[in-house]
Amino acid sequence: MISKDSVAHVASLAKLQFSEADLEKYTDQLAEILDMVEQLEQVSTKDVPVTTQSIHLENVMRPDVAKPAEPVTELLKNVPTKKGTLIQVPAIIDKEDD
Amino acid sequence: MNFETTIGLEVHVELKTKSKMFSPAPVTYGQEPNTETNVIDWGFPGVLPSINRGAYQLGIMVALALHADVTRETHFDRKNYFYPDNPKAYQITQSEKPLGTNGWVEIEVNGKKKKIGIAELHVEEDAGKNQHEDDGYSYVDLNRQGTPLVEIVSKPDITSPEEAYAYLETLRQIVQFTGASDVKMEEGSMRVDTNLSIRPIGQKHLGTKTEIKNLNSFVHVRDGLAFEEKRQQSVLLSGGEVRQETRRWDPDAKETILMRVKEGADDYRYFPEPDLPPVTVSQQWIDEVQASLPQPPAERREHYIKDWGIPAYDAGVLTQTKEMSDFFEATVAQGADAKQASNWLMGEVSGYLNAKHMELGQVALTPEHLAGMIKLIGDGTISSKMAKKVFKEIIQHDTDPDHWVREKGLIQLSDPAKLTPIISAVLDNNQQSIDDFKAGKDRAIGFLVGQIMKQTHGQANPKVVNQILMTEIKKR
Repeated sequence: MISKDSVAHVASLAKLQFSEADLEKYTDQLAEILDMVEQLEQVSTKDVPVTTQSIHLENVMRPDVAKPAEPVTELLKNVPTKKGTLIQVPAIIDKEDD
Repeated sequence: MNFETTIGLEVHVELKTKSKMFSPAPVTYGQEPNTETNVIDWGFPGVLPSINRGAYQLGIMVALALHADVTRETHFDRKNYFYPDNPKAYQITQSEKPLGTNGWVEIEVNGKKKKIGIAELHVEEDAGKNQHEDDGYSYVDLNRQGTPLVEIVSKPDITSPEEAYAYLETLRQIVQFTGASDVKMEEGSMRVDTNLSIRPIGQKHLGTKTEIKNLNSFVHVRDGLAFEEKRQQSVLLSGGEVRQETRRWDPDAKETILMRVKEGADDYRYFPEPDLPPVTVSQQWIDEVQASLPQPPAERREHYIKDWGIPAYDAGVLTQTKEMSDFFEATVAQGADAKQASNWLMGEVSGYLNAKHMELGQVALTPEHLAGMIKLIGDGTISSKMAKKVFKEIIQHDTDPDHWVREKGLIQLSDPAKLTPIISAVLDNNQQSIDDFKAGKDRAIGFLVGQIMKQTHGQANPKVVNQILMTEIKKR
């Protein structure tokens, strides 16, 4: 059973803010989802090796060859505020931690 | 109360690739902000990363050079955190199965050798750069985003700031010799984070550690750790408690300054990267990389000392970089006396490079020409004074020293049949100096040699001149 504190913690890690009422609501919803996932525990996985993926590919790599960068003017089209070719963002409070 | 110190170092090394770790955008340095990026670096919706095989191979190279075990079956993980220089809001790294584990390097402090263990190495992508300005905003440049890094994590074997310094210098050399990275602290291709804790001698569990971040030279690492060691001691001795915090070294004030106190462990919510398939490293791949590794610096030093009679200090200087070490060996292979080659490289060559802020690859000097010049000195064709002129020529131009000295008439005059008449003439004109010499004033000889050199435009072989002069003066 997921606690309200856990949900609040995950929310803060994701930089999300909720009202107390919303927090209750999402805790209940998440609990339902987790309960459903827990049904999987009924399947025995004793002899099944741990996997990190489901597409059964491996070693899909590319050679170390550089392709030209995309034009910065195109990339900056999605940037609300900029200075020159720099992306402008709200001041970072923790200035020393770069 | 006596304390013992435990130091851990995390070293980030930029791998020298043409393209980024997970995108084909170019890896460059010093370009206009955001001009060396693509949609993958920016984390646009729907983009997919792809693994740079060349970068992974350089990672294997570093792992093998550090005697680590290469993990055969591995995958990438996501490390989640929010920061403007990290547009995906996660970094692709290796957490669960790092590329290499259980390596070591051997350091030497005050003549004592010690093995420092390496817990793990993993490859990951670098973040972009934030610029903080006074106008109430920060500015982001993503050119560095995605640059391949290998992070090298030491075991808690380092027990003093001096050992930390030696470890970093040894690590830098080993990696530099593999060619996997430039490992230059001043350019950011090598970066160091430290942690240090102290505990009363005999206490089993480690004390609370503090971190020092953003250190940009080995000296700052050493000085910062030494300060932190003392600071923690005085905190404990005055009955206080060390807090888990991140500090910054201020090299001007010579002290560490609190950046932030850490409350609880970081929560990065690692999970396997679903956009990248796992990596299997074959024995064949490992063998190929192993076979391509150049001889490491420690082995080279031993060879220079044992087989070529080079003093240990000199051998250390010659193995600072692979370029210097290779140049030295090539000069010896061209027939130069090893000691002479070493003296020239450590003296005139290094002096020239330092004065001009250049590197060995940027000057015209070749091992063949240096060896040629050393041979000319050795067989008496040129004097060491003339050699300085020859050196100036061959370091700036692609000139064969043998041809050049003949063309310029710089060949030393060593033939007694030619020197004797000149010496006799100088003696004829300087009776006073002969008298002074006979009266026991040895300095008179210096004056006479000077006159002979003047007559021969500095080309007389000083050794031969001295011999003839002594014979002739005694005849008078």
